[in-house]
Amino acid sequence: MADTQSREELIRFLGDKAAEMRENIVKLTFVAGSGHIGGGLSMTDILVALYYHVLRYDPRNPKWPEGDRFILSKGHGCIALCPVLADVGYFPAEKLDTFNQLDSPFGMHPDCNKIPGVEISTGSLGHGLSIAVGVALSARLDNADHRVYCLMGDGELDEGLIWEAAMSAAHFKLGNLVGIVDRNGLSLDGFTEDIMALEPLAQKWESFGWRVMTIDGHDMGAIIDSFEKLPPTSGSQPTVIIARTVKGKGVSFMENTIAWHYGNLDEELRDQVLAELGSKRLAGGTNHG
Amino acid sequence: MAKGSFTWNVTDMEKLSARETYGKVLVQFGEQSNDIVVLTADLMLSNMTVEFSRAFPDRFFNFGIAETNMMAAATGFAISGKIPFVSTFACFASMRCCEQVRTDIAYPKLPVRIVATHAGVSHGAGGTTHHATEDLAIMRSLANMTVIAPADATETAEAIKSSIDYPGPVYIRIGRGREPLVYQPGYDYEIGKAITLHEGNDATVFACGVAVWAARDAAQKLETEGIGLRVIDLHTLKPIDKEAVIRAARETGAIVTAEEHNIIGGLGGAIAEVLADAGIGVCFKRLGFPDVYSDIGSPRELLSRYSLDTDGIIRAVKDVVEKKAKTRI
Repeated sequence: MADTQSREELIRFLGDKAAEMRENIVKLTFVAGSGHIGGGLSMTDILVALYYHVLRYDPRNPKWPEGDRFILSKGHGCIALCPVLADVGYFPAEKLDTFNQLDSPFGMHPDCNKIPGVEISTGSLGHGLSIAVGVALSARLDNADHRVYCLMGDGELDEGLIWEAAMSAAHFKLGNLVGIVDRNGLSLDGFTEDIMALEPLAQKWESFGWRVMTIDGHDMGAIIDSFEKLPPTSGSQPTVIIARTVKGKGVSFMENTIAWHYGNLDEELRDQVLAELGSKRLAGGTNHG
Repeated sequence: MAKGSFTWNVTDMEKLSARETYGKVLVQFGEQSNDIVVLTADLMLSNMTVEFSRAFPDRFFNFGIAETNMMAAATGFAISGKIPFVSTFACFASMRCCEQVRTDIAYPKLPVRIVATHAGVSHGAGGTTHHATEDLAIMRSLANMTVIAPADATETAEAIKSSIDYPGPVYIRIGRGREPLVYQPGYDYEIGKAITLHEGNDATVFACGVAVWAARDAAQKLETEGIGLRVIDLHTLKPIDKEAVIRAARETGAIVTAEEHNIIGGLGGAIAEVLADAGIGVCFKRLGFPDVYSDIGSPRELLSRYSLDTDGIIRAVKDVVEKKAKTRI
């Protein structure tokens, strides 16, 4: 977006884009036959802020050395990532019509061998932050000033590997590493606090040596504020943004329910969902604060 | 550096273990390529990567006792254009880190070099928790993975050297102790190309790792008894040198495999697969751990118990030679 744009205009633009992407996620879930729609809708605003305002990247040169790096540790968020990657120009959106089909580059989890713009294949939970630690260490070795962003689900914080990575990121003083937790409070089997309690989550990260920000992950102003407040990459402490979100955000019957971790939409349901999202968009969106 | 132009020079090699040689050559290769980074998990004093840490502190990363984090972080280095050498015990590299190796490294075909020490039963009294008698089978089953079990310190240095600019991930398993040298520096080594150490037409021993020295020793002793034993160092289990296997099977008709590993899935398994695919029947015996967990004891005692020493290999060779004779009658 142009530098002259006012903050209100930026937030409005990003909110509109998030609303458009939610519709794309719903359409893609229908095309794919099924998908991780709940977690896709909870991370949409964060993803849109990153790809339309925060990240430095070049879709014509996915391996651009100076670009920021984004690792989707919650790989099941692929259903949300792919429409964004298409929209920003990594590949034509029509390619997504093959989603989940035989020989498609696109499936439930992002595949770096097949999708331009995907740094590393993810899907097995808990790996992303460790990989991000390696990327961040490498960037420092190269005196590069790009950042490494790693978006995690909250459920995957059950994995011990995340905390090995968290410990090492603080130990190695990785000021160029930014973790984001999509804190939607639900994993496949139920509420995180019932399945495996994560709270007090902010204190956990703090005690591991991270700088912690807790925000409303659907308030676009708060999201971009948190990214803009990041310390310089030369800093000596990694940052984690705990984004409090709602699983299934934007679709009334999907919000905060276990049933829509993963699901399929028939044509009728798809149209119903699109109508709801469309009416919210006309009314000013879910993201304009 | 131009491809294949890395060099190493270590003196007094007979006094060094494979891991000590690894520590030394890694520093030399580090001087020749700024892309090399070295990762370990609180074992630098054991796997001798400490030498690299002193020479290139900026390119050395100790992850503490957190092998999976180290292995996944190696992925991060590799997708950033580095060549990570990752070292821990073979049991941890192959089993604790199996999923990181498979999904994060092998699937995207990243140039991570896993140098796994204390393989087989070289940890001796360390017992089953610290033995690795499954690692070759595990690594061999990962698509894109190159799997190497060098015979001695010289071959370890050659394998490390050849791995630097080899495409995709490489797993190199070495022992702990000071195994007798099979090779002097300067011999012809190539990943994927078996080396015939002793000619003979009565039977063939395919060996890897410490069993190579014992196999050659067995061949020299059998020569005095009039048995011609071909000894082939099959240092690269994958990609396997099919031609060497098929030729030996056709020319000698009797094969013994010797490896410090479960007899399932490693060297013996790999050779059996090649023979079955080629439709070649031979008298065949696999030496290794017969689908059991190894015991506590010194490596020498354990190798002897499971026939991986000179005497054990001689017994196995005589067995297959006798069977071959009966088959022909």
